[in-house]
Amino acid sequence: MRILVLAKQVPDTRNVGKDAMKADGTVNRAALPAIFNPDDLCALEMALKAKDRLKNAEVFVITMGPARAAEIIRESIYRGADKGFLLTDRKFSGSDTLATSYAISQAVKYLQPDLIFCGLQAIDGDTAQVGPQIAEKLTFPQITYAEELIEIDNKSIVVKRRLERGVETVKSPLPALVTVHGSAHTCRARKAKRVMLYKHARTISEMQDDNVESFRATSLQSKRPYLLIEEWDAGFINADDKFLGLAGSPTKVKKIDNVVFAQKANKALTSSDTDIEQLIVELFESRVVG
Amino acid sequence: MNIFIYCEITEEKQIAEVSLELLSKGRKLANHLGVKLEAIVLTDKAEAVLSRINDFGVDVIHLAEDTAFFPYRTLPHFQLVKAIFEHEQPEIALFGATSVGRDLAPRVASALRCGLTADCTSLEIGNHIDSKTNTEYKDLLYQIRPAFGGNIIATIINPETRPQMATVREGVMKLEEVAQKKTAEVKFIDMSKYLNPEDFAVEIVERHIEAQKVNLKAANIIVAGGYGVGSKENFGLLYDLAAVLGGEVAATRAAVDAGYCEHERQVGQTGVTVRPKLYIGCGISGAVQHRAGMDQAAKIISINTDPNAPLHAIADYAITGDLTEILLKMITNLTRKIIKQKK
Repeated sequence: MRILVLAKQVPDTRNVGKDAMKADGTVNRAALPAIFNPDDLCALEMALKAKDRLKNAEVFVITMGPARAAEIIRESIYRGADKGFLLTDRKFSGSDTLATSYAISQAVKYLQPDLIFCGLQAIDGDTAQVGPQIAEKLTFPQITYAEELIEIDNKSIVVKRRLERGVETVKSPLPALVTVHGSAHTCRARKAKRVMLYKHARTISEMQDDNVESFRATSLQSKRPYLLIEEWDAGFINADDKFLGLAGSPTKVKKIDNVVFAQKANKALTSSDTDIEQLIVELFESRVVG
Repeated sequence: MNIFIYCEITEEKQIAEVSLELLSKGRKLANHLGVKLEAIVLTDKAEAVLSRINDFGVDVIHLAEDTAFFPYRTLPHFQLVKAIFEHEQPEIALFGATSVGRDLAPRVASALRCGLTADCTSLEIGNHIDSKTNTEYKDLLYQIRPAFGGNIIATIINPETRPQMATVREGVMKLEEVAQKKTAEVKFIDMSKYLNPEDFAVEIVERHIEAQKVNLKAANIIVAGGYGVGSKENFGLLYDLAAVLGGEVAATRAAVDAGYCEHERQVGQTGVTVRPKLYIGCGISGAVQHRAGMDQAAKIISINTDPNAPLHAIADYAITGDLTEILLKMITNLTRKIIKQKK
């Protein structure tokens, strides 16, 4: 059985420090480290768990992004994925969720998986849209907000979902697409053996960018073909340009604003008895309390 | 060309509050654009919800009543909503940004190849001129949402595709009934035309859904704690103060992540948006994501050891000092006054 994980490399928006915001209030992306999207790590773990329980299952990872995104393919392989594919092309840039889901679904069609896992949402957009949109394009059933893999066999999957006010267990026939909630188990650690085996895995672009290592990497890869991370472009996945990038994105960003809050001329108080007394009196007087 | 609201059905077989908020907003948008407001209701028991919809000035209800629609499953709802949109060609379509809306809306948008914006916190109508083609678009839906982890606010538009679709966060739109109730025209959907056996392939094996325990949106007074509260035990003082004031306890994401408080009480962009009469922030520095969920409070008290805490800047009273000491004094002082008042 072939299990596919869809993963994304994202700027770490959860740890936006002071240097990450420019003076004009816009985001300085360069100051943010690129990380493996947290929900996608949960998705990878669920895929690896499914593989553990099945005979003859393989876990493939696809990511779409710039050359650098190969980092998370290596990371996935260190943690137990069998193979990774980087979907990269300038034509993809500026894609909204619809254009992204089109490109990824075209790549998925090449791999013909029985089961797809992806994170519920990515922390740079928080839309949770790409998973269901890929499922629609493949006409797979979708299970969103998955928290725990309950059962898996060659024909069906049973998953527990995390909803606002509880949990729900659902069973779907395969093929299916599952989006994994951040409350699921995060991914197992790297395995030292796999790190040793795959640390020289590179895409062609990475080898070209890194001249010093280039010769060594090329000669290594000729001996060990598993070290080549395949790169696919729009042509390879048979994508129609009109559905890609800005042209294929129905949503447009009209403007970006800073978050502005009304500053108030406030009363500064201390913990002294008189200050607290005054506060309570004013709360009663203004009828906020009482 | 009209505005469509997908009405989510709760465990209690009522229309979800977020859907009522969207009906309220939808009515205003429809008035502004001079179009009709239409609701989609897919449930197993319609009688319970139809009269409630009439409180919001809905013109048309698209209704399908069958056990297939409750509890919610993606495919039956997807097929019907898609069919309704294909047939009715809405101008705008809104869903709650809940586990239902965020499951359903993207699949529908993908099938119709139209734009969808997630988790909006504000919706406006406005014009747009495309600077490249010099094309003018009138009366577009401005879909306004926090982006990039909530550090910026983006305004998104869909100039070409229809419907303009958005999911909207609970609590950001005011729930407002119309002055004059009106009975909506009900259009029954012939579901057999749109559903196939494979749409029932996913089965629900088991459900454990709990009743809603706290309703932060309805609270007049909220005592909220942040990471600065320090522990779950220290949150006890917040509960004491809330009890004296007759308010509810809330928390920031950091406090919830640290296990001080349950997720149900989280206020902010990934929690609930609240507008209480009084908001007391305890040990809350005031991240953008938190302030966005509470800055509409009528009065804000911020208690922090750091005089430069961002929450202090938007507060009416900024108290700098030790949290435990201040809370104890407030509780004692208030209790004394309330007892006096009762005499």
